[in-house]
Amino acid sequence: MSAPAAAPPAPYESPIPIRAATLGDAIASEWTKIRSVRATVWTLGVMVVLMLTVGPGVALLLATDRNGGIPNEPVLTLGLFGVLLGSLCVITLGVLTIGSEFSTGMIRTTLTACPSRGRVLAAKAAVFASLTFVVTAVTAGVVALAQTAILDGPPASAGEWTLATVGVGLYVAAIGLLSLGVGAVVRHSAGAITIMIGVVLLPLVLALFMFADDLRGLQRFLIDYSIPNQIGGLYGTTMTSTGPTGWEPVLLMLAVAAVVLGGAVALLNRRDV
Amino acid sequence: MIEVERLTKRFGRKVAVDQLSFQVRPGIVTGFLGPNGAGKSTTMRMMLDLDNPTSGSVRIDGRHYRELSEPLKYIGALLDAKAMHGGRSAYNNLLCLAQSNRIPRGRVDEVLDMVGLAAVAKKKSKGFSLGMGQRLGIASALLGDPEILMFDEPVNGLDPEGIHWIRNLMKALASEGRTIFVSSHLMSEMALTADHLIVIGQGRLLADTSMAAFIQENSRSYTRLRSPQWERLRDVLHQEGYTAVETAGGVLEIDGASTEELGELAARHQLVLHELSSQRASLEEAFMQMTAGSVEYHAHSERDPGAEPPPPPGAGWGENWNAPGSTDGKGA
Repeated sequence: MSAPAAAPPAPYESPIPIRAATLGDAIASEWTKIRSVRATVWTLGVMVVLMLTVGPGVALLLATDRNGGIPNEPVLTLGLFGVLLGSLCVITLGVLTIGSEFSTGMIRTTLTACPSRGRVLAAKAAVFASLTFVVTAVTAGVVALAQTAILDGPPASAGEWTLATVGVGLYVAAIGLLSLGVGAVVRHSAGAITIMIGVVLLPLVLALFMFADDLRGLQRFLIDYSIPNQIGGLYGTTMTSTGPTGWEPVLLMLAVAAVVLGGAVALLNRRDV
Repeated sequence: MIEVERLTKRFGRKVAVDQLSFQVRPGIVTGFLGPNGAGKSTTMRMMLDLDNPTSGSVRIDGRHYRELSEPLKYIGALLDAKAMHGGRSAYNNLLCLAQSNRIPRGRVDEVLDMVGLAAVAKKKSKGFSLGMGQRLGIASALLGDPEILMFDEPVNGLDPEGIHWIRNLMKALASEGRTIFVSSHLMSEMALTADHLIVIGQGRLLADTSMAAFIQENSRSYTRLRSPQWERLRDVLHQEGYTAVETAGGVLEIDGASTEELGELAARHQLVLHELSSQRASLEEAFMQMTAGSVEYHAHSERDPGAEPPPPPGAGWGENWNAPGSTDGKGA
């Protein structure tokens, strides 16, 4: 910085080499972002605590109360309540992953550094979904172990175990991805979180009040595809017999998340930041 | 080198930037000047591909921003100092930017040191003062060691020492052959840092000229006369063909006449003078004059975009600012 002002000087050349940045670089960047904010620890921490206490807690009460499991229900089922509550934490984190960029103005800096909107969103989705999947699947595994130890009844099959851990992890990650997509579309954290809580709870609540005969079909549909019933489907416990079960909820939620994220990329490409 | 060509941005019916064309050349500091709401920030956002232009284009070293493979190594920008996540440390805020452009980690410490934030690198940036936030933003602009640097109102919130520092930094960066583009609404600030000036008002180009030429053309010089017999003096001046403008307290201002001429004239007519001085209008006045017709938000007046600029306070100056001759970089 001591060169005298010669006119006109040669254009400046930096000693740092320029290569084409890749998705991998964007992922490294997003990993730094997600691990360096408190929201990550808070939301995932609360989720882990909820999952570890609610499911096994109910199981313990049942075990002492009635000296046995719930008749005719798979032994892992009680994990359902913790996952349902935990998914609300993941919704918050998913929305904040993109929403905090808009609320702080960081998005401008982010997009100046990486002008490809698709790459930024893909990197965010990859990092957030991987983290959520691992935390949820591992915690769900611990919960399932606890259920098996606490409750009597026939042991769960390998398929049930896979669904209750990997399936639950994927499903919760997919809800998170949907929240990320909604956050990118709405660009407002509180608004997006409210929308997502509505998505989780509203179908079931609405269905409760559909007494008219004309609405039976709609009521059935809302219950079948409500998120609590879909999570129940993962555990083989549904309110109806027509809703998605097994791996269907996972595929369904992943598809919905993919569509919303695709729309979000298209919108980000078109919109001013 | 940044080339802006017929850049236009409409927000609904409002035209924020209107057919703006100019170039920012390497090796000098180019000042981007305009009143609040003139379209400076919108233009800069379009340069960085954050806002999509309604029409027209911006090219950076011949390429569109989205085509730059690692943009931070071409162009560093400070748009809004608060454009960082407050819950993240200064170091991590810069690290995630560095990683996305494959800039080595060591460079993060280097730029933090350069802007004087090394001691607070691990502190959350939401606790930073306005000035520290500004320094962090400047650090992020310098991160990729880019050839082009763009600063939107960089002296905002800096203390005098900080202002001095940023001025010298910009000059040093330009002397290394970098392209520096800096916006401001303060003419006095520009006069100290910029070599070249681009002035806009209501999104339109008002001037594209070297600083020296701007000063030459726009700083009105006049002679100030104060006399207890100012009414007779005024008549005498009038008879001799001078146009005197009266200001408060019996002070007369005369354009285009030397102090010698006027002093001798007063002596011939035996008039008492209390003051005879040569004055130069400030550049700030020249700038206000230039943009008077295009100020977006007037205090105490109804907004009327079609209004003519108010008549100049002194006769015969400031009228040639938008003459064709002043719209290229003469004397640069």
